[in-house]
Amino acid sequence: MDTVLEINKISKRFGSLVANDSVSLKLGKGEILALLGENGAGKTTLMNIIYGHYTADSGKINVLGKNLSGGKPREAIEAGIGMVHQHFSLAGNLTVLENVMIGSESLFKRSSDKQFAKDKLLSISEKFGLPVSPGALISSLSVGERQRVEILKALYRNAKILILDEPTAVLARPEAEKLFKTLREMTKEGLSLVFISHKLHEVMSAADRVTVLRGGKVVAERETKKTSKEELAELMVGHQVNRPIRKAQSIGKKVIEASNITVKHKNQIQLDNISFSINEGEILGIVGISGNGQAALGRLVSGIGEPASGKLTFFEAKMNGFTPRDCINSGIGRIPEDRNTEGIIGELNIWENAIIERLHEPSFSKGGFIRKKSARAFANDLIKKFDVRGATSETQARLLSGGNMQKLVLGRALSVSPKLIVANQPTRGLDEGAIAAVHKELLKARSEGVAILLISEELEEAVGLADRLQAIVKGKLSEPITAENADATRLGLMMAGVWDTIDET
Amino acid sequence: MRLERRAYVSTKLVIVAPILAILASLSLSGILIILAGVNPFIAYFEIVKGAFGSKLAITETLTRASPLILTGLAAAVAFRARLWNIGGEGQFYIGALVAAAVGNNLLLGLPVIISMTLIMLSAMIAGAVLLAGPALLRLRFGIDEVVTTLLLNFIIILFVGLMIEGPLKDPFAFGWPQSVPVDRSLRFADLVPSSRLHNGFLISIFAAFSIWIVVTRTVFGLKARATGFTPQAAAFSGISLSKTIMGVALISGALAGLAGAIEVMGVTGYVTTTLSPGFGYAGIVVAMLAALHPGGVIASAIFIASIFVGADAMSRATGVPSFIADVIMSLSLLTMLIAIFFTNYRIRR
Repeated sequence: MDTVLEINKISKRFGSLVANDSVSLKLGKGEILALLGENGAGKTTLMNIIYGHYTADSGKINVLGKNLSGGKPREAIEAGIGMVHQHFSLAGNLTVLENVMIGSESLFKRSSDKQFAKDKLLSISEKFGLPVSPGALISSLSVGERQRVEILKALYRNAKILILDEPTAVLARPEAEKLFKTLREMTKEGLSLVFISHKLHEVMSAADRVTVLRGGKVVAERETKKTSKEELAELMVGHQVNRPIRKAQSIGKKVIEASNITVKHKNQIQLDNISFSINEGEILGIVGISGNGQAALGRLVSGIGEPASGKLTFFEAKMNGFTPRDCINSGIGRIPEDRNTEGIIGELNIWENAIIERLHEPSFSKGGFIRKKSARAFANDLIKKFDVRGATSETQARLLSGGNMQKLVLGRALSVSPKLIVANQPTRGLDEGAIAAVHKELLKARSEGVAILLISEELEEAVGLADRLQAIVKGKLSEPITAENADATRLGLMMAGVWDTIDET
Repeated sequence: MRLERRAYVSTKLVIVAPILAILASLSLSGILIILAGVNPFIAYFEIVKGAFGSKLAITETLTRASPLILTGLAAAVAFRARLWNIGGEGQFYIGALVAAAVGNNLLLGLPVIISMTLIMLSAMIAGAVLLAGPALLRLRFGIDEVVTTLLLNFIIILFVGLMIEGPLKDPFAFGWPQSVPVDRSLRFADLVPSSRLHNGFLISIFAAFSIWIVVTRTVFGLKARATGFTPQAAAFSGISLSKTIMGVALISGALAGLAGAIEVMGVTGYVTTTLSPGFGYAGIVVAMLAALHPGGVIASAIFIASIFVGADAMSRATGVPSFIADVIMSLSLLTMLIAIFFTNYRIRR
């Protein structure tokens, strides 16, 4: 097999963090290589180096026999590399054709040759089996279609090697399977593919070969035929990590009940007539593909924004106020979706972050003045109890790692004996160790009788923790099913919006 | 070569940065002084002598620094919460005008200390109200306060011109366009006998100390900082962004208004349209040089004041135009912005 891409001892560091440590790999023509690793293992950094977004500190990249000087995306594109980012780089107000053409023509050309571009796009689309309508606006396309446009954009620039960064993060299971089938077909046309993933099942089913990264280093290379999920899991994590397991327990009083709630933002319906309820000692898991209203649901129960219609009751009493303060005061602990922009104020100290939600409580302020001593004591207590590492109460919060930051957010929510916890993507971007710690705390709260609304895009997490599950699709919630009845097929269907028919069959 | 955010910013660096920035601006201005045909070391020596060389010089510098401390605080308080108040000049003038109007004869008969307090309070309210407008426009409609506060400066100065040619014109000023004076009994006493330095200086120092307490010790100060750093997270934690920003605006406007009042009550006694040699704008430089720290504002205000007072003396001694003071001040703002950047980032190869 000819080698089309060869990476030789690439190293890259950010400050004291070594993102890539002498990474080498080879990609053969017509091959699908999976780059497997946990968050922070250095996968995306490596791909960005290949594409020229970052410059490597040392090491060589050879594409189709040519060395890249590095640091120049245009050079990488001309050498035949195409990249499909996790977050698409498409302009929503332009058409498919315009998006594909952007950057492929000289700025100084008098007029752009749309007909030529359209013909080329359509012929590529036919050759690789990626149907599109060139005149459609990007904003009118679904996520899967947008991804297709991204792939076409790369192919339009004559990419021979396609790099896909977590291509299935935004897709439902059936869509993801379809994507991999298409990609497999594409290799028959001479394309070579690298895709980044941390999902074992898709690596096993879609790739020919897999390179495992851990802590910035290549720890193993395997042919998928000769390995197993279990082996890959252990290679990826480095040791056996066991997530805590939920034990059955009886539930208590009803804590929160939402009936027929609709939430609008600028006349767009974000939550459409949803209903759910959670009891003491129960975890309700909301599963779904990213961008289906999870954010709005999390914000609603966190006290940001008011419902347009519907009723929310808390211990059978109607909730009238919908401010963060109201929620905090009534005993709702909140873990926001994005800890960096909502959970933590990075420039403030840890103790300031620890008390920021309860500034007006007599234990933390008196006559408008902050009681620093008790605030620090509270923060130190949090740090100890929730194992926030590498910090004192005076440390700036931005210096914490993602996992420790999340422990701080979690600790802040849990330390005041809440009645309800809203956890929106509580383990996003965390490594296995931190995930296990967060799960342990959530389950501990559950055993103490706290009701938990867990909104998660990680199916494994939701199924592992939740007593009941509901799927969210385009702002609508499915009927709940118990965790015992949740199997992959049923959840997959629910997440695709097919739930009305399930109970009848 | 690239930039990298520093994990820890040492206190030493925070103190050294403005000093380096000032040295850089002095070196750059030195080039202009050379072009004017004078040895820059002699020119700078004359500036220092002019600003601190005698008791009179020192009192002049501190007199000049008094309103600068207040306008500097006004900018620092607002900038900390990312409220870009560029309207210090307008707030200064409205404060001055209100002080003159109220202090003219409205309060005669009341005890002096109460009258003086009332004058200052009304000037503060005037300044606060003037900034409340732009703050409201930003909170309600998202209108950029940089534009509104900046433009208000010109409107207010024209308004002051209108008033001192009209209703508030001093009838005993032989036709000069100046406002009615603050009654003599209601002016600040001299802090140092037979100098222009007045008790308003103490008020400025007291204001800086109070603001320092507010910023570091109070719930409001923490809310304002949180709002400035990460508004979304502040809102999520239950802080009302609009209340906080409004509060900041009122404090900032009041400080600049107070600056106008003490200048009138301490130095001139009346208002003209040339009362301020740019105190409001210079306050922005003062705040930046102080890295928005209320304590640092005192030091940087004295520095800026000394440049201006010293430059006049230097100009008389060497013939270099005193406009060099404006150049030094402007350059020090630019070098300080660069210095602030490098306190937070480092270059790594």
